Amino acid sequence: MSTEFTPWLSFFGGVLIGLAALILMAAHGRIAGISGILSGWLTRTDSSTPINTAFLVGLVLGLPLTALLSSQPISIENDTPFIGMLMAGLFVGYGTVHGSGCTSGHGVCGISRLSARSMVATATFMSTAIVFTFIVRHVFGA
Amino acid sequence: MLPLISAGASGLIFGIGLTVSGMVNPAKVKNFLDLAGDWDPSLAFVMLGAISVTLPGYRLLRKSQSPWFTSKFQWPTRQDIDSPLIVGAVFFGVGWALSGLCPGPAMAALPSAIPGVLGFVLTLGVGATIAHHQKRLKDLVEKNASP
Repeated sequence: MSTEFTPWLSFFGGVLIGLAALILMAAHGRIAGISGILSGWLTRTDSSTPINTAFLVGLVLGLPLTALLSSQPISIENDTPFIGMLMAGLFVGYGTVHGSGCTSGHGVCGISRLSARSMVATATFMSTAIVFTFIVRHVFGA
Repeated sequence: MLPLISAGASGLIFGIGLTVSGMVNPAKVKNFLDLAGDWDPSLAFVMLGAISVTLPGYRLLRKSQSPWFTSKFQWPTRQDIDSPLIVGAVFFGVGWALSGLCPGPAMAALPSAIPGVLGFVLTLGVGATIAHHQKRLKDLVEKNASP
């Protein structure tokens, strides 16, 4: 399904994400990597479980609050079958913890720190996803 | 109380950002990844917007002594490009393309209660826990192997 290119809204949303990451670093000295925060919370490994919990509660409330304040409908269109979503979740969960980061931790925070590790990771997951999409959509025509 | 409020506010602003930017919509992410199809470059603008704040912001924070509510900044220190970094990123890339979701947008989209999103978050937790314990086991074995 086609989607509308939204440069301004997307840039503005990105600025908010950057602000959120700055607040977490300024207040708690933490990188705003969602996979790290989520896995830390799930496995109770780090000492800052209450901080992780508060962050995740806020994260989950962002969409309903935006829906409440905005007149625009929020679209969430998913055409992947349920079994595919289950497999994808497993891959993303395993991959982001094994590879120490996701789009936020490596893609935003890591690149901003000019970390070579994060740049390599970001280039790897981006190119993998682009090649996978090309094969699925244009070779198999799904 | 203030530490919790600041962490909650950070999460909330993050969630609003993901929603406003359109990243909670898997179709938008899939179209970003489809260079040969109906390409939607929006995701690149999200990253640009975020990095334009965090790049100068982190630089400033590097100069300050300590965070507001804790004794020290936890800046990542690792610099090595090892195989888990690459293997993990490949797994992530496949799952990301298959679903159009990464951990942040998946969490933010939870209140939509769309079955696919709920299922994704469930197995996301399973996969993350598996990788966590695998890492712990490996560290344990390495510790015992070294004299």
